[in-house]
Amino acid sequence: MTQSKAGPDIAPGRLHEDAYSENFSDLHPLLEPHEAQVEADRCYFCYDAPCMQACPTSIDIPQFIRQISTGNPDGSAKTIFEQNILGGMCARVCPTETLCEQVCVREVAEGKPVKIGQLQRHATDHYMAGHDATPFDRAAATGKKIAVVGAGPAGLSCAHRLAVHGHDVTLFDARDKAGGLNEFGIASYKSVDNFAQREVDFVLSIGGIELKTGMRLGDNLDLAELRATHDAVFLSVGLGGVNALNKEHESQNGVLSAVDYISDIRQAEDLARLPVGRHIVVIGGGMTAIDIAVQKKLLGADDVTIVYRRGQERMNASRYEQELAQTSGVKILTNVQPHRLVVDNGHISSIELERTSTDKDGALKGTGEYLTLAADMVFKAVGQTLVQEDLDASITIEKGRIVVSADRRTNLDDVWAGGDCALGGEDLTVTAVEDGKIAAESIHTALSEQAHATTESRERVHG
Amino acid sequence: MADLRTNFIGIKSPNPFWLASAPPTDKEYNVVRAFKAGWGGVVWKTLGEDPAIVNVNGPRYGAIHGKDRQLIGLNNIELITDRPLEVNLQEIKQVKRDWPDRALVVSLMVPCEEQNWINILKRVEDTGADGVELNFGCPHGMSERGMGSAVGQVPEYIEMVTRWVKQHSRMPCIVKLTPNITDVRKPAQAAKAGGADAVSLINTINSIMGVDLDIMSPSPSVDGKGAHGGYCGPAVKPIALNMVAEIARDPVTHGLPISGIGGVTNWRDAAEFMALGAGSVQVCTAAMTYGFKVVEDMIEGLSDWMDSKGHTSVDQFIGSAVPNVSDWQYLNLNYIAKAKIDQDLCIQCGRCHIACEDTSHQAITNMVDGARRFEVIDEECVGCNLCVSVCPVEDCITMEPMAAGSIDPRTKKVVDKDYANWTTHPNNPMAVKDAAE
Repeated sequence: MTQSKAGPDIAPGRLHEDAYSENFSDLHPLLEPHEAQVEADRCYFCYDAPCMQACPTSIDIPQFIRQISTGNPDGSAKTIFEQNILGGMCARVCPTETLCEQVCVREVAEGKPVKIGQLQRHATDHYMAGHDATPFDRAAATGKKIAVVGAGPAGLSCAHRLAVHGHDVTLFDARDKAGGLNEFGIASYKSVDNFAQREVDFVLSIGGIELKTGMRLGDNLDLAELRATHDAVFLSVGLGGVNALNKEHESQNGVLSAVDYISDIRQAEDLARLPVGRHIVVIGGGMTAIDIAVQKKLLGADDVTIVYRRGQERMNASRYEQELAQTSGVKILTNVQPHRLVVDNGHISSIELERTSTDKDGALKGTGEYLTLAADMVFKAVGQTLVQEDLDASITIEKGRIVVSADRRTNLDDVWAGGDCALGGEDLTVTAVEDGKIAAESIHTALSEQAHATTESRERVHG
Repeated sequence: MADLRTNFIGIKSPNPFWLASAPPTDKEYNVVRAFKAGWGGVVWKTLGEDPAIVNVNGPRYGAIHGKDRQLIGLNNIELITDRPLEVNLQEIKQVKRDWPDRALVVSLMVPCEEQNWINILKRVEDTGADGVELNFGCPHGMSERGMGSAVGQVPEYIEMVTRWVKQHSRMPCIVKLTPNITDVRKPAQAAKAGGADAVSLINTINSIMGVDLDIMSPSPSVDGKGAHGGYCGPAVKPIALNMVAEIARDPVTHGLPISGIGGVTNWRDAAEFMALGAGSVQVCTAAMTYGFKVVEDMIEGLSDWMDSKGHTSVDQFIGSAVPNVSDWQYLNLNYIAKAKIDQDLCIQCGRCHIACEDTSHQAITNMVDGARRFEVIDEECVGCNLCVSVCPVEDCITMEPMAAGSIDPRTKKVVDKDYANWTTHPNNPMAVKDAAE
């Protein structure tokens, strides 16, 4: 390979062909049955278990683990799916170290929690390998029609629960396939073997959900029209926009959106065709920054540096994820912020960073000290935004998110919202699933009351 | 290092750890390996009459597993030795000659006819073996032929055969008892009456290990059928300890030497049997689970423990716990204990709470001032020890005796310093009023 001084080195195929499948294999391989048995036996079957309290979807964790230990993995999976129909994906991507496993009494006692996430995967994978459909039956048809906009975790969860209650759901998604961030936004090594799509199929197997892809709100889909033609609408559109650095040369070659590139990795038929710089700089401190940084390293970049403007303890990425990055060879540089993008022949060549300090009020300011990192690629992972103009102007938005009540109702009486686009969430798959579930129950209650009121008034007229 | 040398009814061994009559002692090869590993003695696997019996060729063992497939109970349907009598006798003779310092006892089982016993005793005596153990215990196969536990369940037969053995042999005689009876004192008394030098117990317990729900057969399954077998291993130890203690404290059999058997897996188990009166212990399942090396921990552990207690020989503690084995009616009803939870050790699993709340006395909180916290409510606690039993953390919950003179918050009564039991309790219609001092 010739290396010209004039251009950056962003050649694809930096690895031996076998290395791709190895680097992008399962982060946590499935527990073998005996391993699962031994791990399940570690569970104390706590009363009013702290893990269950910590689970955003309130899965009965002691119960499902006990079912594994008594040799009933299908029953275990049903326990999980009752609360979380995307239990399979959550088992892979949940930051369990800050949720159920953080409060596991064995974590408290000995620093070694029961591997709840991996046991959940054992049960759900076992079920999905042996069954084509979800374990639930639909209630009698209600004749109600609900539009769910966005087929990510929140939308899938909502649609499934509504279908269980006997409602008919139309599930729209802007992309050409369903799954949302499960399909396009999660690091490949967390969801191998096309799991996201297999899970979509599993969810849709309940029946009564019509999936319509390529339908984008504000494009070929209109909220007012959806409201007019459906009994209720659930918005789970996610965050379609990406925050900008607001620096000169941001539109030059090599300055990229991390979200887009992660999607490219997930959708790539051949990872060896993706361009990979030798020197990579990732700007941000969340899970997206980690996901892009680790995967670039796995694709063969020489050095990958995450630059974050505050201290490492302030990063949104969990401690576990930070360690995963560091043990993968990613450097985390903290207390620096982008100052200037340096381009050469229309392509990024380096980035100038300014060191930062935080004053006693927590305000961040530059110190006037600068450093420069060579960069063939700079990835922006500084947060995503709601594309507000796609929505109805009458919907209440605060802090760039849709305002919802405890039961995920918006200010519009026939519109609910959940997932990343709604205010107050934690931007996790599992909280999105819970949003969808809560909204579905609320929609179901509202429509049932409506039906009841209609019957009553009809009876009054005819009586 | 304490002296572990043992003299059990005149049979000497370098330590009290013998291998029980069972598969590990069926052949010279195994027994020599055991002696090399350090076992103090063996009871050779039960000899019978020729032609040798046959065994099933399918599974002979079934198991109960605990966590991580730890074996906690084993059962077997193997019979007595299936090798020709002469082969066994030759090997016994050779082994005794090669290992004169080890105990070598021969287990026997022949039909209940005097002549049959005379015949076999003569041949065993010729081997130079240290003694005989009469197998009146095996609950499967042989019992269907009128031997094993079929004899052990009829005290009169035990006495009769024991008498024959003592009459026709100079060898020390141990009678091995079956636990498949209602009162183990009766067969022990019979053995003593017949002149036995000692009893050994327990043999295995009648058991079905499980049911294969796919083929609806007891497990282990031999071609679709299962038969009850003999249960042993760590799970049977409490049953064995009780039976040993019953014989040790029975006025008729008190002082009769006992070889303790039943789930001995480590030095502590052995020490417990010995504290309840056993002069030696016999081991099988632990060896069959882990190999002969387990004796090393038994020897060193017992020795270290004896050193820590100042015992220089095993005789100094054998039977030490027997005087404290009592009957319920003599337990001190004025002794009052309350559970106490060490909040620093508590990991907040809540098992103590739910066990007490659902199944006992509602004496443990789960919330205090709105926070998850488990505390004993002394006003409700009867001191039952269930919470201690279910707590996964050692020493987190303890039973604390109440001081005499203090007030029991549950009964509002003063804790009496004096001993008082049921025999004198006012609620006892049979109370011996005048006996109270």
